[in-house]
Amino acid sequence: MKVTVTVNGSQVEAEVPDRTLLVHFLREQAGLTATNVGCDTSSCGACTVLLDGQSVKSCTLLAAQADGRAVQTMEGLANGDGPDAMHPVQRAFRAEHGLQCGFCTPGMVMAAVSLLAENSSPTEDEVRSALEGNLCRCTGYHNIVRAVLAAASETQSAKAGAAAAERQA
Amino acid sequence: MIPVTFTYQRASSVDEALDLASRGEETKFLAGGHSLLPLMKLRLAVPETLIDIGRLRELSYIRDDGSHLAVGALTSYHDVATSDLLARKLPLLAHAASQVGDPQVRHCGTIGGSLAHGDSAADLPAVVLALDATLVVRGPSGSREIAAGDFFRGLFETALEDGELITEIRIPKPAAPGWSFQKFTKRAIDWAIVGVAVQGGNVALVNMGQTPLRATAVEQALASGAAPGDAAAHAADGLTPSSDFSASRGYREHLARVLVGRALTESLTRN
Repeated sequence: MKVTVTVNGSQVEAEVPDRTLLVHFLREQAGLTATNVGCDTSSCGACTVLLDGQSVKSCTLLAAQADGRAVQTMEGLANGDGPDAMHPVQRAFRAEHGLQCGFCTPGMVMAAVSLLAENSSPTEDEVRSALEGNLCRCTGYHNIVRAVLAAASETQSAKAGAAAAERQA
Repeated sequence: MIPVTFTYQRASSVDEALDLASRGEETKFLAGGHSLLPLMKLRLAVPETLIDIGRLRELSYIRDDGSHLAVGALTSYHDVATSDLLARKLPLLAHAASQVGDPQVRHCGTIGGSLAHGDSAADLPAVVLALDATLVVRGPSGSREIAAGDFFRGLFETALEDGELITEIRIPKPAAPGWSFQKFTKRAIDWAIVGVAVQGGNVALVNMGQTPLRATAVEQALASGAAPGDAAAHAADGLTPSSDFSASRGYREHLARVLVGRALTESLTRN
């Protein structure tokens, strides 16, 4: 069937078998390979992307289920190249050493982005609960949690700064 | 792993979904897909046609209908878990939904999908059983209502006939406010080894048999005035839970007694 998905703001259209999984559509049709296939059984979360803004496991969705909808992958977060253009969550993972081998990272980052969209100032417990569906086999969880908390506070202070600037203007 | 080849069709209304289902032999409705697609990848389910009902917004709602609450079958776990209305009127359901799987699963999985799948290890089947819910289903011959107690028939077997679709879950407003949901898992995202849902004097068990079950011996003990600890001792009476890689039968029976005790104690704090 013909599937059209808006991936990171651009339309990707392809004729694919009905049984194509979203993760394979993203990697093979859209050519975006940040999204990893890990366990392939919706346990590990390495394939996490945002579907219409909510985190989902793209190994357990058909590409057809995303037809006509918007998907965001890790590649869609940064505004350009280099650390300054990174999304606050990406920047925080880098600063807090939130990755070791890096395989789980795209899924962790997307799960964190989804959390912060729903809850902009989570507690440590809330961060840990929100990452229940993402496994890190390097077991680097502490730094990942630290990174998500740092991203939340960076986003909060950026917002406060913007509000203060607005009041002055 | 990808599933065996099938034909994908998307329904834009309940009527269209029922019509598409009536035309094929081996058809399955696809809601959130988080039970069905894993089974298809493992070749444990091999439908010829999948009818995607995931976008039927007409079946995604949570409403106060006076004497009962009405939850559309395609309401996601996430929407059930974060509903202010349910948090006030039916906290057992909202809380249990927040404990299903992980956030990604809760964004996709639906209450109706979970019930139709009929897995006794899933959380919500036991919860709707404890809540004396009624399931509204539609099929080729019209609409009918099935009490949750009559719905779960066997291992992954429900009272749904071919081509029938759950459209709504109707839950009477609880007469007794005390509730609790307890489950024991190895990891947060795992299925419950054993789980317990309590609402007032109703007690239902997760993964203690081939279907979700009411712990009738516990309920009878409570009704005749037994203290929670004494009633909980009957949690495994007459039941034959399975032994598998995560627990022996004896361990499940032990867990049921412990968790029912905790659930009854907690529910009393909410009366």
